Amino acid sequence: MTNEFKRPDGRKLTEMRPIAAQVGIIPNADGSAMFKSGKTIAYAAVYGPKEHHPRNKRNPKQGTLRCTYNMISFSVNDRIRPGLSRRSTEISKITEWAIAPALNLKSFPGMVIDVHINIIQADAGTRCAGINAAVMALAHAGIPMKDMVSSVSAGKLDKTLVIDLDKAEEDFEEGEGPTDIPVSMTHSGEVTHLQLDGKINKEELKEAINMAKTACEEIYEIQKKALKNVGKLIEGDKK
Amino acid sequence: MEKINLNSKKIVEYLNEGKRFDGRKPEEFRELSIKTGVSENAEGSARVKLGNTDVIVGVKLATAEPYADSPNKGNFMVSAELSPMSSARFESGPPRFPVIEFGRVLDRGLRESGFINWEGLCIKPGEKVWTMFVDIYTINDDGNLMDAAGIGAIAAMKTAKLPGYDEETGKIDYKNPTDKPLPLNNVTPIAITVYKIGDKVLVDPTREEQDAATARITIGSSDGIISSIQKGEEDSMTPEEMGKAFDIADIAYQEVFKNLEKQLK
Repeated sequence: MTNEFKRPDGRKLTEMRPIAAQVGIIPNADGSAMFKSGKTIAYAAVYGPKEHHPRNKRNPKQGTLRCTYNMISFSVNDRIRPGLSRRSTEISKITEWAIAPALNLKSFPGMVIDVHINIIQADAGTRCAGINAAVMALAHAGIPMKDMVSSVSAGKLDKTLVIDLDKAEEDFEEGEGPTDIPVSMTHSGEVTHLQLDGKINKEELKEAINMAKTACEEIYEIQKKALKNVGKLIEGDKK
Repeated sequence: MEKINLNSKKIVEYLNEGKRFDGRKPEEFRELSIKTGVSENAEGSARVKLGNTDVIVGVKLATAEPYADSPNKGNFMVSAELSPMSSARFESGPPRFPVIEFGRVLDRGLRESGFINWEGLCIKPGEKVWTMFVDIYTINDDGNLMDAAGIGAIAAMKTAKLPGYDEETGKIDYKNPTDKPLPLNNVTPIAITVYKIGDKVLVDPTREEQDAATARITIGSSDGIISSIQKGEEDSMTPEEMGKAFDIADIAYQEVFKNLEKQLK
């Protein structure tokens, strides 16, 4: 039954949009990267580790990861007023939580690492693209890391599980509508970030997380390849 | 990447011998690359690189009520973000003076030149007009962000298309852009900033050169007609230095204008 489901852009249920990555895109930054998933494009730049200001935020036991997620005003149809929003504030924090477990924060006590993420073009999955870019930028900056993190959105359209929702799918209105499940995982398979909006039962959710795991493997390979080829645009296999 | 730290004193010494560290003439820009259509949800967009300086500019249109004193004219606003992504010197948070000045100087250059056909932005007199937003984001700062952003604004505006507009509902249909360009007149108001370093003047400084500068003057002009100026920073300039600034800005304008025309073809 589910085999009959047709995705708006004709992708297979477990097929991600074409992905691409490039490391070393911003000369001033200590580390930088671009991650692209279909039409969604994220840039990330890392500055640090550096002295942590303000002082009262300093953690003497370990370093602090400080992420700032921002969608540029013309990345979507309706212009976004520049500046912080409730949404960007939340995603910034989620991004920190998604990435921190992969870092060795103890190796720079009292210091801070700034990660600035800009979404240049948005077609859903921006937080995942931002996380993928940020992790590459951190590795590029030579920050001590225990693992990589990869991020993708699993989802359900009506009753069918799919991977990597685009905007048209997020706006899907038939049947039970869309369920969006952004997931981030370390390469060793630990879930560092999970959010969900929609309707789903726990069996389906477990299956969706498995699908995300498989997709994250694919993203990991691209991230790794991009890090080994600084300055070069690395594209995923054409389906 | 290897970073060369030149101190200001050395830069001044060199300039007094008539030399710039990268071998350029005072009126010479770095390699300029302009790519348009870089963010497809914008009505127009451009990515401009001047050497290692990198900016992205987008044009968005929204509908609004016209101002009471100009019922048949559209609105225009330029905002800039000196993104913390682009330099360790820029911090997140509310806009501070440099970024406000940045947007305002470019806004005036574009506005005062007659570049925009204001009546062409009117949808229904007294009721509905287009507001044009030009938003600038810096990606990498290696000096002269202002001029790079100005070039990006022109490229984005010249290549932008009006979005679809449903007259019955009064709503914008972003999914179906028209192939109509923005209502623009045939002028190209490029802003060229001249920097004073020691008692010499030059254009398109690298970051190190910009740090060595004690004054700057941004000249917005089109085809020899100057329509906006901003003299910035604390140091003064003699009328002779000003005259020299106008002269090299004019030479730089011609060079950039030709380049822009070629790359927008």
